[in-house]
Amino acid sequence: MKALDKLLGGQQNLIGIMLLAVLILVVFPLTLDAFRLNMVGKYLTYAFVAVGLVLCWGYGGILSLGQGVFFGVGGYCMAMFLKLEASDPQSTKIQSTPGIPDFMDWNQITELPWLWQPFHSFTFTVFAVIAVPVLLAFIIGIALFKRRVGDVYFSIVTQAIALILTVLIVGQQGLTGGVNGITDLKTLLGWDLRTDSAKMILYFISAGLLFGCIFIGRFILASKLGRLLMAMRDKEERVRFSGYDVASFKIFVFCVAAAFSAIGGAMFALQVGFMSPSFVGIVPSIEMVIFAAVGGRMSLLGAVYGALLVNYGKTYFSESFPELWLYLMGGLFIAVVMYFPNGLAGLWDSHGRQALAKLLRRKPAPKAEIAPVTPKAETKILETQP
Amino acid sequence: MEWLSEFGAIAAMQGFNGLSVFCVLLLMALGLAIIFGQMGVINMAHGEFLTIGAYTTYVCSSLTAHFAPSFQPYYFFFAIALSFLVAGAVGWLVEWAMISRLYKRPLDTLLATWGLSLVMQQTFRSVFGAREVSAEPPAWLMGSVNFTDAIEIPRNGLFMMGLTLLLTATIFLMLYRSRWGLQVRATVQNRLMSRAVGINTRKVDRMTFALGCGVAGVAGAAFTTIGSTGPTAGSQYIVDTFLVVVFGGAQSLFGTIASAFLIAQTQSLSEFFLSGSMAKVLTLSSVILILMLRPQGLFSIKVRK
Repeated sequence: MKALDKLLGGQQNLIGIMLLAVLILVVFPLTLDAFRLNMVGKYLTYAFVAVGLVLCWGYGGILSLGQGVFFGVGGYCMAMFLKLEASDPQSTKIQSTPGIPDFMDWNQITELPWLWQPFHSFTFTVFAVIAVPVLLAFIIGIALFKRRVGDVYFSIVTQAIALILTVLIVGQQGLTGGVNGITDLKTLLGWDLRTDSAKMILYFISAGLLFGCIFIGRFILASKLGRLLMAMRDKEERVRFSGYDVASFKIFVFCVAAAFSAIGGAMFALQVGFMSPSFVGIVPSIEMVIFAAVGGRMSLLGAVYGALLVNYGKTYFSESFPELWLYLMGGLFIAVVMYFPNGLAGLWDSHGRQALAKLLRRKPAPKAEIAPVTPKAETKILETQP
Repeated sequence: MEWLSEFGAIAAMQGFNGLSVFCVLLLMALGLAIIFGQMGVINMAHGEFLTIGAYTTYVCSSLTAHFAPSFQPYYFFFAIALSFLVAGAVGWLVEWAMISRLYKRPLDTLLATWGLSLVMQQTFRSVFGAREVSAEPPAWLMGSVNFTDAIEIPRNGLFMMGLTLLLTATIFLMLYRSRWGLQVRATVQNRLMSRAVGINTRKVDRMTFALGCGVAGVAGAAFTTIGSTGPTAGSQYIVDTFLVVVFGGAQSLFGTIASAFLIAQTQSLSEFFLSGSMAKVLTLSSVILILMLRPQGLFSIKVRK
């Protein structure tokens, strides 16, 4: 029971999770039509990235501007499997080489490249969706953190990696589908992904996985590792001199964030039915950071709200006022960073909670009873940050 | 013997090609070397300051063509100066409104300036339209100089080279041979201490940032001679520019020059053998690999932290 309590982080957080669960699992499916629900499902896949960023940026102090890389690699792994299934010899018999994906045929490739061979197996694909991005994150992490590459440099290098991968994907058209990406994904093990019922089921699967990720994140933060992460963010040298190997903790949390992003990417490919380099590059990667920043870089649940809100705003404004969207997005970036560094979750902690208590009880309740200990401690740490 | 002279001509042209890429990279990186290298501010909107310069030149060019066609051969110098002033003024404002509040939070500066770059891009789009525009370069910048029958050097390339040289020399003199430069370097190394010895660090910061943005504006003006300008023209180069400065070793102007040269030559040389995109991948990956081995960059100043 104690372990469960630790996992949930006390009563306040339990209520928070319940509210989010009701919103995602009950309210959205009941009120939205299939098209809109699929859209929310798409936003939820970004929330995976945002949750990972809360762990590695909010708590670990590692600002990765290349989360799109892991999102993309996870998504591409899944898309490759689905594409191979969609291009069986029967349905591709008009091609000059039947049985290979259509874009390869257009690029005069006559044999399935070795890179694609293992993706015939679903088990391997599920394994690769997590393993390949984590391996990539591990290599990047080991190379940079072991050499004590500082925070700003890390951001720039990850951004450059995002650029490299985009250029590579666009350039290797025969292998990756180029700018268009991998399109026309139809079935998963014979199950038609394009029907409304399939989309509904996929929505619930990704919501379930997202809650799984939130629980893992919560577990990490509640453990000693979580404390160490925060200590490292605030005074790295002190942690190092206390005898901890700072680099391995950083690598670990970076890999966890990469794994979350990759799951998001794979669910994206399943729900949206394609994967393209436009989800890999610099712009999407930095947008993913803003999801976490708007929701609150210190709040796992806030990140989900952030991803939902910003993406809803993006869809709404780019449909109705495309001119205004970039102004709004840019303004949001500036305002959140300069005035609300803890995002929505921070606002909720400082104002919302008391306002709600006032509303419910008609009188201001004693503060100590309402405000949980952890967020207060966190803001304190944030203020003393150099 | 004919193939030898032909080979020589190709080598000369190829070398010149690399030099032009070098000039472009260096021009972009100079402003950032001041802002990021010296001040440590990550200005993701640096590319947009470049675009400001380019659009200023475009406006000058159109105004000249419309009102004073006889002034056409000379307007370009005026445009360069104006680009410097406009970009510098915007930089001054940005430092005052945003950057000065974020000096203690470098990662947040990165995000805030990215937001700024989005706003600026959309502003360009609203004012000048989404289509690319191009300034009319003066007649004396068109065409090319023939050194021999086989070697043709375009004039705008030569002009870019001269401008790069002039700008680099000016910045070097300002940073390392002037009182102001001394104050800048002191502020960068130890802000508190500099304040203690009576340097107005706020003023120094503001002037330094404005100067860096102004230099970006000049680079933008120079770019109008080799290509057209769109709202996102500057932002495409931002990652390369940052890599140039980081690779050279922040705080070292010489490092920036050397790394711009190395990256440019690698890029243009590998473009000779590989496709453009693969050459870019190769160049960027090798830069990152070297950075992993030598995180402080090529040239670094030893500073106690």
